[in-house]
Amino acid sequence: MLKLLPLIPLFPLISSILLMVTLGKMPKKFVAVLGAGSVGLAAVTTLLVGLAFMESGQPYHQVLWTWMQVGNFSPDIAFYLDGLTLVMMSVITGVGFLIHLFSTEFMEDDVSVSRYFAYLNMFVFAMLILVMADNLLLLYLGWEGVGACSYLLVGFWYQNPENGAAARKAFVVTRIGDAAMAVGLFLLFTELGTLDIQPMAEAAKTQWQVGDTLPVIACLLLLGGAVGKSAQLPLHTWLPDAMAGPTPVSALIHAATMVTAGVYLIARTHELFLLAPPAMLAVALVGLITSLMAAFTALNQHDIKRILAYSTISQIGYMFLALGVGAWAAGIFHLVTHAFFKALLFLAAGAVIHCLHHEHNIFKMGGLRTRLPVVFWSFLIGSAALAALPFTSGFFSKDMILLQAYELPGAGPWLWAGGLLGALLTAIYSFRLVFVVFFGEAKMEPDKLPGIRMALPLSLLCVLSIIGGWFALPLSSVFPTTGNHHPSHLIEGISISIPLIGLAIAYLIFLGGQLKVDGLVNSNIGQVLKKFWFSGWAMDWLYDKLWVRPYKFLAYILRRECMDDIYNTIVKFCQFLFMVLSRTQTGRLRWYATSMVFGLILVIALLQGAI
Amino acid sequence: MDGVNIPLDHVLLLSALLFICGLLGLMMRRNIIFILVSLEVMLNSSAVAFVAAGARWGQADGQIVFMLILAVAAAEVAVGLGLVLQIQRRFKSLDMDDANRMQG
Repeated sequence: MLKLLPLIPLFPLISSILLMVTLGKMPKKFVAVLGAGSVGLAAVTTLLVGLAFMESGQPYHQVLWTWMQVGNFSPDIAFYLDGLTLVMMSVITGVGFLIHLFSTEFMEDDVSVSRYFAYLNMFVFAMLILVMADNLLLLYLGWEGVGACSYLLVGFWYQNPENGAAARKAFVVTRIGDAAMAVGLFLLFTELGTLDIQPMAEAAKTQWQVGDTLPVIACLLLLGGAVGKSAQLPLHTWLPDAMAGPTPVSALIHAATMVTAGVYLIARTHELFLLAPPAMLAVALVGLITSLMAAFTALNQHDIKRILAYSTISQIGYMFLALGVGAWAAGIFHLVTHAFFKALLFLAAGAVIHCLHHEHNIFKMGGLRTRLPVVFWSFLIGSAALAALPFTSGFFSKDMILLQAYELPGAGPWLWAGGLLGALLTAIYSFRLVFVVFFGEAKMEPDKLPGIRMALPLSLLCVLSIIGGWFALPLSSVFPTTGNHHPSHLIEGISISIPLIGLAIAYLIFLGGQLKVDGLVNSNIGQVLKKFWFSGWAMDWLYDKLWVRPYKFLAYILRRECMDDIYNTIVKFCQFLFMVLSRTQTGRLRWYATSMVFGLILVIALLQGAI
Repeated sequence: MDGVNIPLDHVLLLSALLFICGLLGLMMRRNIIFILVSLEVMLNSSAVAFVAAGARWGQADGQIVFMLILAVAAAEVAVGLGLVLQIQRRFKSLDMDDANRMQG
């Protein structure tokens, strides 16, 4: 049964190629069945392979063929299956299938459904390759593949140039991270001689001591790549603009899978990170600061998808925080629960947008609780999990992260306090969204209700968001286990009550109206802060001044292609000689005779030795 | 028998001067007939040089070559005049500069 492993990425790949080759010629129903069905098949196969793996209990390694042989570098196309891979694969195929099912209804009115499912299936293929790869080069292949598919999908409605600009921004910003990661891969290969993940970990442990500079540099470079893909500081500016794509795309790529690729990378190479404590501290700090920045920004947004986008950035910050303090299993656990409730939130937002003829501004919606009940309950459960209210899946994972962060010697309590502030803000902005959209008086009536293909995935994800935290993930053989900790009851009590306090504050401001913050908001400093936080702490403005303007200026100076001048000079010289020499062809006999005479004189003089 | 002894150098100088005259005529004259005449002058000047050389060494070879050159000149004039006739018919003039189909 384990031998079925290569089939899992194969199903979406075949479906994608088939759809690309027959673009627009297949009937829409068939396209939908093919697109969603291939991922469904992959999900079923993942289940079978997973059961076989759990029985055997050993990591499974399967080599397909040798990719290339250059000198003594010969990476293979090979898959490595252990607990971490299985968890990621289940999330990708499981949540992916639900999102594909949702898309069949969301995109049914669109003209290019084939293209959509072709890209989406190609994305699932690339992401599966990323998590199943047994060497970092194959991982990088999947990495680049998901980046390309993200570009194609964000710019799906390419007729609008703004979507193209958003897609380009996403691609270019993640490319910067990819370049850092490539340099990191080069460094690792030259130092360790291999890019296979398990042998690399062994070689690193024998070759490097804890705290050497080389592992720190390599890990910081890998962190650079992870930061780009996972939209953390400083490469996070692309994610809010990437909401220009269709909403199921945002759910799949920018909530459940691609943005978790960075988290996966760091978790996969955790042996290297354990040798570089400064790099781990950097991971934790990047995670914490990004988390707080994004939380403040989400509080001020009015586009429903942008709130969720900033929320994603913030939650991935939590995962980075977990990885940075060494709580690997907690980080992956949060990845899984986040995939559930964030996909749920995005799909529900998609249902709202679909039923309200593409309205995105939450302040133009209201009172949808009675009109779209399924969507209301989805949002409620999803936001509860996001805010980590007790006994939701998000509660278990976030609690695990914060408590393990507190245990870290030194900066631990500060990280825990920062995480708590983030949790408070998370609760406030998520319930702000729920109260503004679903309660109060209705400003807009929905013109259709979501059908079964939208309601079913939403309901399944609701169930997963609640019970997803009750199961232990099969990660004990992958990560080193930290000792049993029993934090004091005070710490636990504070961690549990903060989200409830956030919920109460949101209720008081947005629903009950008892807490009036208008005075604060409309004051001078309030307006300044509001604008600052609305623009994402002015990062776009900063990057525009720092990178975009100088680059455009440089391109403007060099627009004449100065290097061509060298070749143009040679050409001009030849043309000059041509003009000169063509004067000798006059067609007059006397001129020819004269030139022969001169030539004769020259030759005689040469022979006589006078010249 | 003693003829008048003309030094070889003088005859060669004569030959050279005649050659230069022919050359200059070739370069400067516009009428085709006169170009052919100058060509004849150049041929004859080289013939004079041959005769003088033959006289210097007391052999008759110089005068044999003179006859050869004369024959060559006659044949060449025959062909040349035929070509002149054709040029006159096509370009309607005997001006060499007019027989030019190139445009600058």
